[in-house]
Amino acid sequence: MSDEIVELTASQAAAAVHAGELDPGELFETYRARAAADTLNAYLWVSDRTPAGPPAGEPAATSSPLGGVPLAVKDLFCTEGVPSQAGSRILEGYRPPYSATVVRRLAQAGAPLLGKTNQDEFAMGSSNENSGFGPVRNPWDETRVPGGSSGGSAAAVAAGLAPWAIGTDTGGSVRQPAALCGIVGLKPTYGACSRFGMIAFASSLDQAGPLTRDVTDAALLLRHMVGRDPRDSTSLEFPEPIELPTREDLRGIRLGVPDELVGEGGGVQDGVRRSFEQTLELARGLGATVEPCRLPHAPHALSAYYLIAPAEASANLARFDGVRYGLRVDSGADLVSMYSRTRAAGFGPEVKRRIMLGTYALSSGYYDAYYGTALRVRTKIAEDFRTAFQSFDFVVTPTSPWTAFELGAKLEDPLAMYLNDFCTVPMPLAGIPAISIPSGLSEGLPVGFQLAGPAFSENRLLAAAYALERAIGFDSSPARRRDPGGSTP
Amino acid sequence: MLERAQVDHVARLARLELSDAEAERMAVELSKVLDHIEKIRELDLEGVPPTSHVVDVVNALRADEPTSSLPREVALRSAPEPVAGGFGVPSPGAGGE
Repeated sequence: MSDEIVELTASQAAAAVHAGELDPGELFETYRARAAADTLNAYLWVSDRTPAGPPAGEPAATSSPLGGVPLAVKDLFCTEGVPSQAGSRILEGYRPPYSATVVRRLAQAGAPLLGKTNQDEFAMGSSNENSGFGPVRNPWDETRVPGGSSGGSAAAVAAGLAPWAIGTDTGGSVRQPAALCGIVGLKPTYGACSRFGMIAFASSLDQAGPLTRDVTDAALLLRHMVGRDPRDSTSLEFPEPIELPTREDLRGIRLGVPDELVGEGGGVQDGVRRSFEQTLELARGLGATVEPCRLPHAPHALSAYYLIAPAEASANLARFDGVRYGLRVDSGADLVSMYSRTRAAGFGPEVKRRIMLGTYALSSGYYDAYYGTALRVRTKIAEDFRTAFQSFDFVVTPTSPWTAFELGAKLEDPLAMYLNDFCTVPMPLAGIPAISIPSGLSEGLPVGFQLAGPAFSENRLLAAAYALERAIGFDSSPARRRDPGGSTP
Repeated sequence: MLERAQVDHVARLARLELSDAEAERMAVELSKVLDHIEKIRELDLEGVPPTSHVVDVVNALRADEPTSSLPREVALRSAPEPVAGGFGVPSPGAGGE
């Protein structure tokens, strides 16, 4: 029975619970046991018991919208009384006194916390190798990275160690690991989901998003994530309910392919390009038109991103100073030495790099040349998208220029690592939603196909992704068939 | 190219103690990243306003009503050095700024 349960998507499992065919306790325990036997290092904490019942005042699983289907949560979401470390040694063992709004909403809707997933430290990375708690392995090939920074969430869902998961996306941290692990990842419109209780990386870019086995699961999870939260003044009421997608064709849909991202400059791998072009063919077969479009400033998005995000991070991470929570390195020093030594001991190399880069970009004499310029480029990137959406419904690209690479392959070259984000950073800079769906395999490794739409177009985006998903017919089961206690078959 | 002295200055601003080896490596790595980033300074951005917020929102204010907050003892539970209902810190000392 356990294998049959794991073969159900989250939506199917919820439906089985609603129909009285599946006991929510057995469902939770099946995944709890698999998560506890994790050999991918996808989890940093796993619940040690099946929840006795729903949260106080909430309906039983059999009548809750999410059916008691357990949820894996990226480490940086605060979860009351449960370790929330953002993948960093500076927060080792930190158990917050409150939960993030998104986590609380999902628990109330019937998705209890299964575990906390590994990530790049403070969400800074594209391979999960920057975690303070060791890298995550990709279930399709354990010698390779799962992508990042939500790599633990992506690997857990792909390997069937969780029915579904949430992560955060700042420059691609939901979409890129989803692509590398062969699952679906959605970055919502900026402001769609509350950021309250998410340990902040870059506040003008960070958004929570679902990582799921299919598009329907992503829609179901997103439905219960969105909405205004008085505790996050940048959150907004989503203008319409999130619908479960049913569309089977793409008639009348105009897809734009930006040469600036997909052309020679992007360094897209041959196998990724083949899968991308096959998917465009399928889209045409479903009735879509496919034409080149222009995003003239998109090639500069990466540069703007690597100024704006580190600048915001350098301010956000100032709070880790050994005073209110987390690590303190004291040794009888004065106050400033205590700050500097605590941060030196607690942060990993990539976090230090980004703090340095951001502090430099904001420092006197460089502020306008770097940070100010980046904010103007950001304006142009948003304009480019607005212009493109006058002629196109969606802009489409490969999610990542590459499939999963080998552990260690890019670790010594920060710039090469940053290029992972080439196709995913323009969207958060413009605040618009984008989804990655698996489009096939290249040499046995998953490839992601990305669709981006205007702000608050999530329903149309999910509908189009659903139609494509059906036409592609991606088989995600090989990653779940590995023995959770052993190696890939 | 970022000079070693600039790295030391920025590290002081960031309250980040770097070893000699770390500071040397940081100068090389950050220079490489900055060389790539420099290209955006060639763009003509005359008259382009900087982005302050990506979604059009005017005045996101909530009602000014007092609500309960975390009890003091709960807020202090994770502190490395809770002292008399507050956060204890080392003396700013002679080297303080």
